[in-house]
Amino acid sequence: MRFGIVVFPGSNCEQDVKHALDVLGLESRYVWHGEQDLSGLDAVVLPGGFSYGDYIRCGAVARFSPVMNEVVRFAERGGPVLGICNGFQILTEAHLLPGALLRNRGLKFICKEVTLRVEASVCHWLDAEPGSVLRIPINHNEGNYFCDEQTLERLNGNGQVVVRYCEPDGSRAPGGSAPNGALDDIAGVCNERGNVFGLMPHPERAVDPLTGGTDGRVVFEAIVRRMAKIGS
Amino acid sequence: MARFDVYVTYKKGIFDPPGATAERALQHLGYDEVRSVRIGKYVQLEVADGTSEDRVREMCEKLLANPVIEDFRIVRVEGD
Repeated sequence: MRFGIVVFPGSNCEQDVKHALDVLGLESRYVWHGEQDLSGLDAVVLPGGFSYGDYIRCGAVARFSPVMNEVVRFAERGGPVLGICNGFQILTEAHLLPGALLRNRGLKFICKEVTLRVEASVCHWLDAEPGSVLRIPINHNEGNYFCDEQTLERLNGNGQVVVRYCEPDGSRAPGGSAPNGALDDIAGVCNERGNVFGLMPHPERAVDPLTGGTDGRVVFEAIVRRMAKIGS
Repeated sequence: MARFDVYVTYKKGIFDPPGATAERALQHLGYDEVRSVRIGKYVQLEVADGTSEDRVREMCEKLLANPVIEDFRIVRVEGD
């Protein structure tokens, strides 16, 4: 199984993703944003960063990169696509995922480890036990997830909410557990089909005990397991 | 050359943190009459003569604004 890591001008987490995949023994290659051929790739990751300087809105310009036409086609064919942080913002701008990411409620850039509760979802990128808690860092200024009420209802009804910010014991504080003010504590959502997943936290930065834990591995391992099952 | 001005603001009901901060700061400065501050974006667009407002609307929907969270208003600027 081979991963493609899309690099936009201003991406800055592509090496983190590459390192995580290397640690897990998974093959990968960088895909420059001008490329228009994803053949030979089994999964695509849009990494974090500040694509196109976050001009206009985070992800608004990256969405029109030549490679994105191919990413949309890849996703429509059922190909697994993961967007982390800025990658998540790009996926919402490209309409591959519903909603939008607003400025953090407290107006501050937040860089810290958070706890996430795994929800029962249709997501192909996460098969951990619903209710289990993951420790994964966040690092963003615009991670305040928003969508309208009907969309939220649909997300909950379809099992498209994949991870929520939570307290360390997995509970949710009455006033919300999202450090960025995200609606309904939402940290990550997937599309209806489950193959496209976007989240603000950085699973690729939680793959090594040396740098704060290995809870992020589950995301990459889940898609590998799923692809192996489909392939067999 | 024709000119259009585009104003992009958050939709009603969407929390606007810079606006809320400015609102509190103004009230703190003693401007008790301030009821609400919304901060948005202002775009000056110069286009070829004869460009229709529909065309500008398309630009807004595609790139300049995100219809999920933002409203936009287009104003044709005459004699600039």
